[in-house]
Amino acid sequence: MPVQTSSDKLALFDKIWNSHVVADLGDDWVLLHIDRHLLHDLSGARALEEIAQRGLTVRNPELAFATPDHAVSSAPGRNEATFAPGADLLRGLRRRSAETGIRFFDLGEDGQGIVHVMAPELGIVLPGTVLICGDSHTCTNGGVGALAFGVGSSELVHALATQTLRQRRPKRMRVRFEGTPGQGVGPKDLILHLIGRIGAAAGTGHAVEYAGSAIRALPIEGRLTICNLSIELGAKMGMVAPDDTTFEYLAGRRFAPSGAAFDCAVAAWRELPTDADAVFDREEVVDAADVSPTITWGTSPEQAIPIDAAIPDPDSAPDLVRREAWRNALDYMGLEPGRPIAGTPVDWVFIGSCTNSRLSDLREAAAMARGRHVASGVTAWVVPGSERVKRAAEAEGLDRVFTEAGFAWREPGCSMCVAANGERVPPGQRAVSTSNRNFVGRQGPGARTHLASPVMAVAAAVAGAIADVRRL
Amino acid sequence: MEKFTTLSGVAAPLMRANIDTDVIIRIERLTGTQRAEMGAYAFEALRYRADGSENPDFVLNQEPFRGAPILLAGANFGCGSSREGAVWALMGAGVRCVVAESFGDIFFNNCFQNGLLPVRLPAADVQRLAEQCAGGNARLTVDLARRRVVSPRGEEMPFAIEAMRRDALLEGLDDLGLTLKHTAAIEAFQAHDRQARPWVWQPG
Repeated sequence: MPVQTSSDKLALFDKIWNSHVVADLGDDWVLLHIDRHLLHDLSGARALEEIAQRGLTVRNPELAFATPDHAVSSAPGRNEATFAPGADLLRGLRRRSAETGIRFFDLGEDGQGIVHVMAPELGIVLPGTVLICGDSHTCTNGGVGALAFGVGSSELVHALATQTLRQRRPKRMRVRFEGTPGQGVGPKDLILHLIGRIGAAAGTGHAVEYAGSAIRALPIEGRLTICNLSIELGAKMGMVAPDDTTFEYLAGRRFAPSGAAFDCAVAAWRELPTDADAVFDREEVVDAADVSPTITWGTSPEQAIPIDAAIPDPDSAPDLVRREAWRNALDYMGLEPGRPIAGTPVDWVFIGSCTNSRLSDLREAAAMARGRHVASGVTAWVVPGSERVKRAAEAEGLDRVFTEAGFAWREPGCSMCVAANGERVPPGQRAVSTSNRNFVGRQGPGARTHLASPVMAVAAAVAGAIADVRRL
Repeated sequence: MEKFTTLSGVAAPLMRANIDTDVIIRIERLTGTQRAEMGAYAFEALRYRADGSENPDFVLNQEPFRGAPILLAGANFGCGSSREGAVWALMGAGVRCVVAESFGDIFFNNCFQNGLLPVRLPAADVQRLAEQCAGGNARLTVDLARRRVVSPRGEEMPFAIEAMRRDALLEGLDDLGLTLKHTAAIEAFQAHDRQARPWVWQPG
């Protein structure tokens, strides 16, 4: 077992990591047990294909869960053929899942949706478990107190074949969000603010725990949003210690334990939170009251500013490499330094993705959209994160609120966040998006993406320009 | 996995921070393209103009950097998406080593699965190498056994890499083959865990 710090006080991360060590490989490397896999059409289909081609077997199919999300159309009334290039992937995932005994949630079924929306809502991810997926936003699942991280194709095959991964123990970082956020400020703003302050590489090599009174006060869905952007902070793992909020959220969910088994699990989960006086390699504190509604201006999530700020000037960048990055970003985004970001005209608004497509996101967005209308010239989409979210939203009438306000109401999937499904922001057009990446070409070649919260996205749709939700 | 021992060749300076894996390979190239063909699409958004012609301002379209086996990059190279296609695309374009101050964690792991060596050096060293390479003689040597980058001017820069990873690269070892030797330990862990955490093992 790797040596701890001089103190025997353990962080949430240590407790999960230590309890999953199958073998010590030396040099801080271990063979780590994997409790859950999520498989999607893009990486999962390919991995299962490779397992078959190499004559390997899936060691524990009962611990894997599959659904299509990346390369499926979100068009109303869609089927597997609507986006033809994705159809083979979907069929491959369906067929290989059946052959290997992996649960598969098909289009239109309870369980279909973005993997990181589906796993918490079905109780697949549980506190203290290690969960992986061939997708970098797997860190989202850390919001229920799990150690969850994304892997590439090779590691995915390794995990399917052995139910383990060879991993090096990361450093530990804790970020405490303290206090009460102001009006119009939600979890998306808190995490974008953090990334803007400490940078997109700050978390590299770390497992990040989010703590503090503002995190404790968040419902699970908000914690999932916070953890989702861990990878945009550079950390492949982000987590929030489980508490009564977590246990209440999980109780009664489809794949969560029930009855006496649930009580037994909760007793074990109560031991998981970080010990008082545990030592972290890095600590950050954010005063939630200092955070404004936040939006990105560039092509990295660290290029985030308060909605009432001006677009930064590369001449004031802290170093040469960033000056070059800022210049390139402004050029790509078609923005002028020194001008207010608010008022910049937008063409598209996208509400969706594993960051912000859960029921609470849609409720907040609908509350803002009710009685208002999307500005002319703006195309605005709402893509629920899962079949379950879609049904729940429709049962509350949220779909009608959106459609009456001029938004399109669509089928669950990754849609325009990943643009692997034919759904793209057209070249040169500007989008306000509730997703997680504003990279060059992420939402389509030449697409210009501004990341923001669901209510800020509604504000932009209604104003036809980037707008301060507090003034709507 | 391809072995990596010593590499001498041209190093191309691409000194932007936060070059993400979406820029290295577009997601749509992962659905319809075979692994061996992905090199043609590496850095597509930077390498080509909207009309499909080469962008002459991009370093890999300039001599002597075209086809360079070594990249010198800004911090956090390979951040973002977990797509291993980013590594396949780089290798398909002839890249075997990337030198940067830091890398995206998932990309970093993916490199070692395929025999592409990511070298972490202090920012000032990467910047110095980039200036030397941009200035004319752009040939570097990366010596994995000795854990040294040798600059065009003969300056030796040591880099850190764990012995296990270095040895796997030097010998081209496959992680899966190594792990299957631990099957007994995996079985013992699982037998114990079924008793200790039964809720993990009975989903639904």
